[in-house]
This record gives sequence, C-alpha cells and structure tokens, in this order.
Amino acid sequence: MIQLTHDVIDYQSVTESVRSDQAGAVVLFLGTVREMTAGRQTVALEYQAFPQMAETKLAELIEEAKSRWPIQNAAIVHRLGRLELGEISVAVAVSTPHRRDAFAAGQHILERLKEVVPIWKQENWADGTTEWVHPGVNAISQSQPDQAPVQ
Amino acid sequence: MKITVRLFAKARELAGRERIEVEIPVSGRVADLKRSLVEQWPQMSALAKHLLVAVGTNYADDQTVLSPADEIACFPPVSGG
Repeated sequence: MIQLTHDVIDYQSVTESVRSDQAGAVVLFLGTVREMTAGRQTVALEYQAFPQMAETKLAELIEEAKSRWPIQNAAIVHRLGRLELGEISVAVAVSTPHRRDAFAAGQHILERLKEVVPIWKQENWADGTTEWVHPGVNAISQSQPDQAPVQ
Repeated sequence: MKITVRLFAKARELAGRERIEVEIPVSGRVADLKRSLVEQWPQMSALAKHLLVAVGTNYADDQTVLSPADEIACFPPVSGG
C-alpha cells in the first residue's frame, strides 16, 4: 500500500494491510507533528508533495527494501496539507518473518523517504511566521522578519 | 528553446507561481537550466546551488539533456516524514 492523502491516516488499517501468517514481526512507525524544534514552538505543519514523483519514489523505496530484507509486506502512507500538533504525518508498516529485519527495513525506508521523496513541510511557528524546511539551506530572510542581517 | 518548469515549496513561494518558463540553449542540459533559471528569476538566487531537477518522475543530473517536451520540475531539498 502506497498512498498520499489529505485525510487522517488510519494507521490500524495500514498495519492490517501488512499483516500475514508468514510474518512473525510487524513494525509500525508513525511520524507525528512535534511542538518544539530547537527551542521554537510549532503550531502546525503544512505538507506539499509532487504527487506523481512521490508515489513513484515511495514504490521504489519498498522495492529497494525488499531487495535487502525478507519483507512480506510494506506500506507507506504520507499525509498532505495542514496538520495540527500531534497529528500523524506518515505511517510506515513492515512485516517480516523475524523482528530484526522488520525494524531495520522500517528504519531504512524512513531514512530514505526523508532523503529522496519529493514531499516538503512548512513550519507554522507560534510567532506567526512560516518557513519551508529545506535541509542544508539556511533560512531565507523573507519568512524571518526578526533576523538580523549578517555583516 | 523555452521550457516550462514546475516549482515546489520555497521555489514556488519565491517565484510566486507554480509554473515558470525558462529560456535555455537548444539541447541545453540541466546545468544550463539551473544557470538560466536564476538569471531569469533572480528572486530564486538564494536557492541556486541547492536546486534539484526532475525530468518526469526521476532526478536528473547536471549532464541530462533537456527537451521542451519533457515534464521538468525544480525544487529545493525534500523534507517529508
């Protein structure tokens, strides 16, 4: 199961979609909207995707993981749009015969998702400013009105 | 030749629109697109060295040759999860 959705993620059905009599282990990861980041307070996150490419890349991540671990089933569901604190942004579920492979494969899928899948989050800070999150790119002044210019 | 580029996230915000047109040399490559894009859309210069380019649904490296028929997207580093 691969899905991008604007609806609340039903993680029970995501989990059920990977369960199997052949799998002794099922691992579910839930990414949730966190309040504090480096001392700043978040009120919401806004997620945007390049949907066609994101779905293609998510399918590739599952195939890549299947080539490395004995995966019975894997599912990835990513939420888009505005998410409030505590809401679930992503669910990854993996089933394998034994537990170590399920943990390793699940973690691998998550790490790769964060590197290659074209989905972006925008911080909505408690001070009213917004900021796109782009790893490796310094915040650009437009959305940081209180930032002092670098001399 | 003129190519249409779809933008996402901060790139879209800085351009103020989802799709832009960029003039590049005939048989230009991704490297030409990145250079022309920030020349013609200077508000995106802060992102210049971070921009990623996709042709269709795959990442394209700087040597990839572009055609006006390609579906081209341009965006800063991803942050899903």
